Amino acid sequence: MSAPMIEVEKLSRAFGSLVAVDEVSFSIGHKEIFGFLGPNGAGKTTTINMLCTLLKPTAGRAQLNGFDIVSQQDEVRQSIGIVFQDPTLDDQLTARENLQFHAMLYNVPPAERSERSQSVLEMVELTGRADDKVETFSGGMKRRLEIARGLMHYPHVLFLDEPTLGLDPQTRNAIWQHVHELREQFDITIFLTTHYMDEAENCDRIAIIDHGHIVALDTPGNLKHQVGGDVITLRSEDSEATQRELKEHFDLDAVVSEAPADTSGPAGKRIRLEVPSGRTLLPQLLKELKTGILSVTVREPTLDDVFLKLTGRQIRDESVSDKMEFMKARVRRRRMHS
Amino acid sequence: MSAPAPSGGSLGMRRFRAVYIIWLRDLKRHFRDRARIIGSLGSPIVFIFILGQGLGSSLRFPASSGAAAIDYKVFMFPGILGMTVLFAGVFSAVSIVWDREFGFLKEMLVAPVPSWSIALGKVVSGATIASFQGGLMLLLAPLVGIHLSVGMLLLLIPTMFLVAFSMTGLGILVATRLKSMQGFQVVMNFVMMPMFFISGAMFQLQNAPQWMDTLSKVDPLTYGVDALRAIMISDVPSRYPLSTDIGLIALFSAVMIFISVTAFSRQS
Repeated sequence: MSAPMIEVEKLSRAFGSLVAVDEVSFSIGHKEIFGFLGPNGAGKTTTINMLCTLLKPTAGRAQLNGFDIVSQQDEVRQSIGIVFQDPTLDDQLTARENLQFHAMLYNVPPAERSERSQSVLEMVELTGRADDKVETFSGGMKRRLEIARGLMHYPHVLFLDEPTLGLDPQTRNAIWQHVHELREQFDITIFLTTHYMDEAENCDRIAIIDHGHIVALDTPGNLKHQVGGDVITLRSEDSEATQRELKEHFDLDAVVSEAPADTSGPAGKRIRLEVPSGRTLLPQLLKELKTGILSVTVREPTLDDVFLKLTGRQIRDESVSDKMEFMKARVRRRRMHS
Repeated sequence: MSAPAPSGGSLGMRRFRAVYIIWLRDLKRHFRDRARIIGSLGSPIVFIFILGQGLGSSLRFPASSGAAAIDYKVFMFPGILGMTVLFAGVFSAVSIVWDREFGFLKEMLVAPVPSWSIALGKVVSGATIASFQGGLMLLLAPLVGIHLSVGMLLLLIPTMFLVAFSMTGLGILVATRLKSMQGFQVVMNFVMMPMFFISGAMFQLQNAPQWMDTLSKVDPLTYGVDALRAIMISDVPSRYPLSTDIGLIALFSAVMIFISVTAFSRQS
């Protein structure tokens, strides 16, 4: 393997007594799609801000495209494109003007500017709106334009901080399609953060980060193997009794937790267990368990299960309130606008 | 592993080009917003043609005996010109706060350009916009009976530009302190309005109480207004020689730009 595109060694960042990122190490190869997965406040954005030289690390070091993030800031900046969580477009300028401005800031030769704008606009399917002011764009269009802008100077690495936050499912899919396309087209390494588990599956490798530490780093497939074969979820007449029975008769460690209404039934207690093969164990379970079983679901593990196993918490718990925060921020912004 | 394409001249050149890029973007935004260009002339016009007309009919200017009486509108015109430049300059500089709030500042901060060039770009664009707004005001001069010669214009325009630089520099310093645009109201009421009134834009300071006279001496706009008035009206004796005025404004501009650019760089 050639030299890594990003190499991070024991990188730390503290804000006063709060250690947001704590001795994080990893390396990312050329053309890799690398995902940082974790709940809000886990240290994802802090890590990105350090890698793109907006924030100085308090300890450790990192290299990007062979350049040191502290001593070679300009070279690092020239090597990367960034799409932040919140839009950073000038909404009084047109889409094309935003791209041109970016090209100037990043020293793209004048002769190439209009050709490059045209090609990135085509890629994100905004050619028809190129000369409209950005303030007339929807959230999804703005995000696409930002991705296009991040590519204008042909960076080696593209950072995407929560690229699909606050977007509808259709737009999200489109964004992911663009991400995969541009890796092929631009030969680019992609570093992204997300707290949507299902989206993390799009990555080649994932680092799961929690409280500033990387708790796991592997391909999505391997991470899911860690969980074991299948996940069985039961509802029974007496959850604790069933849990005891599972331990005594099958030597299985089941976890009982409260869950909201979902596909496996109404809100209430769920008994969750990880087994090598759900299909073969299930008939046996149903035959021998004495406490009445109300419903059963068997499924393959998801990254949610991985996160739960590693941290003892569910990442989903937080995504609803995140969305609320996001909406509030947008409302605030709109108010100030008027 | 390939190095980023080093295009567009030497590093030094590129840094100064960033100043130009930011200037260009701000001017584009300003001239696109016709409503704001016209709108910002609203208050000067109200001041001159309503307040000026009203006060002028009930007072005699200048108050000192001996000198020939002049129309109050003529007297206040250079003062209002100073006000226009002050407000346009500070407001334009404070647009950095908007840029921060709407995220665009981040796009500039993460680009391979030093942060001082961003602040300097803002100073230059703010000064240009403020001078342009002042220039529009000059078109109204004949309406109050001031006839500008080419010689006067050749002195006026650079003076206005210098005043604009100092006010924009001040604005950048204010912007580094402001967390949001809400705070701008405070700056307006407690910095800009007092600066405007104490500068002698609306009245002569000869008979003013001691505290006011002292304050006016530390108000950079005092020297700006005094200079503009000296160039435009020969009938009113100016407070300081023109060279003193210009020298002090130039000094203030240089200090202000240095402080504000340093403060901005340090902050980001």
